[in-house]
Order: sequence, then C-alpha cells, then structure tokens
Amino acid sequence: MGRYVVRRLLQAIPVLLGTTFLIFTLVYWLPGDPIQALAGDRAVDPVFRATMREMFHLDDPLVVQYGYYIQGIFSGDFGTTFRGLPVSTIFEGKFQITLNLAMTALVIEAIVGIGLGLVAALRRGKATDTAILAFTLLLVSIPTLVSGFVLQLVLGLQLKTSTGIDFFPVAGTSAGWRSYLLPGIVLAGTSIAYLTRLTRTSLMETLRADYVRTAIAKGMPRRRVLGRHALRNSLIPLVTYLGADLGALMSGAVITETIFNLNGIGRQLVDSVYLSENSVVVGIVTVLVLIFIAANLIVDLLYAVLDPRIRYE
Amino acid sequence: MKNPSVDTHLLPADSGTIGTEPLLAVDNLHVEFTTRQGVARAVNGVSYSLNAGETLAVLGESGSGKSVTAQAIMGILDMPPARIPKGEIRFRGTDLLQLSEAQRSQIRGQQIAMIFQDALSALNPVFTVGWQIAEMFRVHKGMSKKAAYAKAIELMDRVRIPAARQRVNDYPHQFSGGMRQRIMIAMSIALDPEVLIADEPTTALDVTVQAQIMELLAELQRESNMGLILITHDLGVVADVADKIAVMYGGRIVENAPVHDIYGNAAHPYTKGLLESIPRVDMKGQELYAIKGLPPNLLDMPTGCAFHPRCPFRQDNCVTDVPALHEISGTRSSACHYWREVLDGTAG
Ligand SMILES: Nc1ncnc2c1ncn2[C@@H]1O[C@H](COP(=O)(O)OP(=O)(O)OP(=O)(O)O)[C@@H](O)[C@H]1O
Ligand code: SF4
Ligand SMILES: [Mg+2]
Repeated sequence: MGRYVVRRLLQAIPVLLGTTFLIFTLVYWLPGDPIQALAGDRAVDPVFRATMREMFHLDDPLVVQYGYYIQGIFSGDFGTTFRGLPVSTIFEGKFQITLNLAMTALVIEAIVGIGLGLVAALRRGKATDTAILAFTLLLVSIPTLVSGFVLQLVLGLQLKTSTGIDFFPVAGTSAGWRSYLLPGIVLAGTSIAYLTRLTRTSLMETLRADYVRTAIAKGMPRRRVLGRHALRNSLIPLVTYLGADLGALMSGAVITETIFNLNGIGRQLVDSVYLSENSVVVGIVTVLVLIFIAANLIVDLLYAVLDPRIRYE
Repeated sequence: MKNPSVDTHLLPADSGTIGTEPLLAVDNLHVEFTTRQGVARAVNGVSYSLNAGETLAVLGESGSGKSVTAQAIMGILDMPPARIPKGEIRFRGTDLLQLSEAQRSQIRGQQIAMIFQDALSALNPVFTVGWQIAEMFRVHKGMSKKAAYAKAIELMDRVRIPAARQRVNDYPHQFSGGMRQRIMIAMSIALDPEVLIADEPTTALDVTVQAQIMELLAELQRESNMGLILITHDLGVVADVADKIAVMYGGRIVENAPVHDIYGNAAHPYTKGLLESIPRVDMKGQELYAIKGLPPNLLDMPTGCAFHPRCPFRQDNCVTDVPALHEISGTRSSACHYWREVLDGTAG
C-alpha cells in the first residue's frame, strides 16, 4: 500500500511535466506583448522593455524558458509577475476559496445526486422516477448564469425580504461556510444531473446481480438486501466519477465565482490570461494538475476499500 | 388451511408427510413473463412433489422452465415482469402463494433454501465468506457477531473447506470454483432447511470437482433428512443420487417417475429421446442420438402436444389435443396420448 502510493506519486512527475509544458507552450504562443500590457496604451520605453525581456528570459527559446520555470517550481518558487509581485502572494487565500467552493459543490452533488439516483432506481418506471429524470434534464439545460441569478434572487433576496431569514449570502465569503451554499448549489447543478443518472443505472444494474438474488433467497429483509448487499456494490463506480469531478468543479468555478463575487482562483485565472501574466496562468494550472492527481490517487485508494477484489502492492 | 401460520415448525416435523400431503407439492403451477414481444408462458401447469429425505431430479433442456419453477418455490421471481396466474405451492400443507411477503421471507433461507449454478456471481464480492454465512445466524437467529462467526467456521468445516478458521475472513474471489460452491452450500444449509433446491450446482465446475460436490450434497442430505430438488442436465448424476425424476418440456411436466423405473423404460417420447442421448460405453464409436428440432418458442407454443413438431411417435390428434398428465401408477405419470405404446415399445 505505502509502496503503491510512492509509485503513484513518482508517476505523477512526468504527468506534471507534460501538462505544465503544454500549458507553457500555449501561453507562449498567446498573442500580445506582456510588457506592452503593463503600459496599457502608452508607449513603452525601449530601455525598460529590454531590461524586462532580459529579466524574464523572454528572448530565450521556449525550452530554455520552461527550464527556468521548472527549476523554480521544484524549489517551491512560482516566480514573480511582470508587475513584480511573487506569484505565491497572488495565490494567497484564493485556492482555499475555490477549494471550499468545489468541496461544497461536491458534497451537495454527492448527497443530492446519489439520493435522487437511488430513489429513481427503486421507483423505476413509476412517476417519481420519471419526475427525477425530467429534473435532471432541466438541470443540464439551465445555464449557470441563469440558475445563479435566480437562486440569488429567490433564496438570497426574496427569502430575506418575505420571511426575514437571512441564511444564504449572495456575495463574498464573509459568512463563513454559509457563503458557499448558494454558489455550491449552482456549481453542482450539472454534475448532480449526471451523478443522479449514473447512480440510477448503477443501482439498477446491481439489483439484477446474482448476489442480490442470493440475498433474497437467504430470506434477508428488503431493507438489508438494498442497504447492505446492493448499495455498497453500486457505490463503486460513483466514487470514480466524484473524484474526477472535483477537478472539473475547480476548473469550472470561474462563472460561479464571478456571479457570487468570490475572490477565487477561477477569476484570477481569467484576469491573468487577459493581462498576459504567464507565470500566474502556468502556476494556477500546475496547482490544479496537482490537485487532480491527488484526487485521483484518493479515488484509487478508496476503490480498494470498497472493492476487496482490488489490491495494490 | 385458512389463515396460514408462518411458524410451520409447530407442524409435525418428524414425518415427511402430513397425512397424504408431501413435504412440498407444486400443483398446476403457471408462471408467465410480460415481455415486449408478448406474454412468455414459461411454466404451464407444473406439478411435482417432494418428501423429506427424498431427492427429486428435475430434467429438461434449456428453457424448459426448471429454474423458473424453482424460483417460484423460493419466491424470488421478479414480479413484474413475472406473474403467477394459477397454481399452488404447498409447503407442509400451506400454500406459499397465499402468504404475505414478510411470511415468505421467514421461510426463505430457513426452511427452503437454494443453491445457484455460478457461485462466483451468486456470492457477494465485497463481503467475506464468513460474513455471508454468519449473516444467516445474525439476521434470522439474532446471534452475536462472535457466535455467528463461530457457527460459520463450523459450517465451513462441515462442507470440508480446508483451514476454515483461517479462511473465514477471505473474500469469494480468493477461493477456487469448487470451494466457492461449498461456501454456497454451507450458507444454504446453515439453518437446517427442510427443502434444498440445487439449480445445476455443478455445471460451472470441472468433472472431478462435480463428483465431490454431488457426494457432499448427498451426504448432507442423509445426515439431515432434508428434501432435495436437484435441477440438472446430467443424466449420469441422476441415476446415482435421485429417488425420482420429473422431466420438463416447454414449461410442462411430461413425465414423473421413480428413478429405477425410468431407465430403459420411458413413458414419454421426450424422456426416451433424452435417455438415448446419454453417451454409453457399449455404444462407443457410434454417433450420439440427439432429439431433432428446436425447443418450443414460449411466445408461440405449438398447438396440442407441445412436443409434436419433434416427436417421432406423433399421430394426428397430437397436433390438436393437449395430452393430460396420465397417471400410470401411484408414482408414475406421463403427458403423452400414447404412453402405453411408448412404454411397450410398440409405438411409432
Ligand atoms: N425475467 C424473465 N423474463 C422473460 N422471460 C424469462 C425470464 N426469466 C426466464 N424467462 C424465460 O422462461 C423460460 C424458462 O427459463 P428457465 O430459466 O426456467 O429455463 P431452464 O429450464 O432453467 O433452462 P436452463 O437449463 O438453461 O437453466 C426461458 O425461455 C426464459 O427465456
Ligand atoms: S402426445 Fe403425441 S406428439 Fe406428444 S409426445 Fe405423445 S405421441 Fe408425441
Ligand atoms: Mg436454469
């Protein structure tokens, strides 16, 4: 087990190198002159330009630039922006906000998605099932912008004005974990739909399995057949989905962060792309890749806990 | 019996029969499945019976309704799509079909148990074998975890799994096919059921292991005097272990007979065909006999005798008249208009 984790972490190194190099290349080819971007519309002093290009190795070949960058990363240095700020200072607090948001969304997704999926599977073909399936269709077809504003309006403002309950803040992070509820719901929307359908299919498949028939033949009560014999098996594929979805939720947080005025990494990423702050863009992607790799590793370890047929040496 | 009581243990348990009533009697059972193509009549009036200590072998080609009948007895058919429009399944005189689901789940596993063909898929992959056997004692007998596991080890010993104590916490996939089937058997006999249904318990195993499993089943049956319904394709096994035989075709019983009567003396052309298709030493080199034609389509059963399109003894009225299950003697019956001629060897 320990050796497996070490091996997986070592395997992560080439993945990390590959993805950062890819994103580095893309940013390198991005149109626009970062030095010009600093000055806006004004003309840039040629001496200043030359110094900057020299300092940030902008005239070196791509591979050499990447070499400098990676060297920094492995000594824990994400570099500095063209404006002279250390990139790590820019990151401060922002990854935490996005991670909080993504985790909130993941928890909401897991509870609602698995819950609805189980109910749908048990009521297969009945009105409840049809209603849940229709609901998932609705979820995937509403754009985040719309659902975000509607929830802000209804749960955030109207609930407050009509009942005096001020439970769901509509912007910022000043209310602690409650600040993440509405954006979490909005961010989880589409994923809830997919997870519901996946859970439904998975449980329906499990219910057809021979070992479920065996459990019934053993005279086990229905509650036990479902809750012990079927549930655990049908959870296995869902874990993979949830793990992969954490990465998707983090990178999909941009719009949600904008709507709810959360100062997270998604917004920073968009801003930095516009400002041609390449070191920030590459830095964010690098950390996202690291989180993704960690999530996948946790999923694989969880897998072995749920399914004894899988053993890692 | 009105208001059937669940606690059938209160009924006399020592004798296999209550008056003339056998331990288990399937009577004119019908099962149909609603499918997209129409209604599939998988079981069309099956009757057979079983006494304590007796082994009934149920024979018949694939799709003849052997498993569906067994599942109806266990009460593990998915309803819908399955439906039981007619028939009775009497266990100690009580019609199981009249019981509530709660009452039936008291009988399932405790008084009537079942072994399935493929133990690998029939055992739950995510629980240890000990857990799965112990569950019987924990749920049905309310035993503590410790006591239940001790019982599980005892049972694993009894079905002769080597090093049971060490292996009780292993998972099904860590056992060989034969050992897995022994686990299934241990689980099914855990609560000393009175009836054990084994649905092709050895089909998934290789030949030497098959013999060991059959031997184990026969031995357990002798020890506990339970009634055994053995569903099988293997006529060789039948001769060794069965007391009587029920032959099924197209969801019907075509012949019931004590095992020693039937070999070389079939009273139904289909049984005759089955027996002639057994490989025999004295026929070495000769081509094996096979019944010509295909099994009937359940959605579109042949008129009259369902076997008529394939029957070498067919007469005109076979196409129009459904043969009843004629009683030949107290223990024998045949669903053929011409059973006398078939029996004498004068038909055809
Ligand atoms: N859930 C179902 N829906 C529709 N038809 C079914 C269903 N279960 C069984 N059947 C049909 O009932 C018929 C009898 O099946 P059954 O499993 O009893 O056959 P069998 O005699 O046990 O055959 P085998 O030797 O292959 O096990 C088959 O034709 C099968 O297609
Ligand atoms: S009733 Fe007729 S067709 Fe059917 S088995 Fe007998 S002889 Fe053959
Ligand atoms: Mg079968």
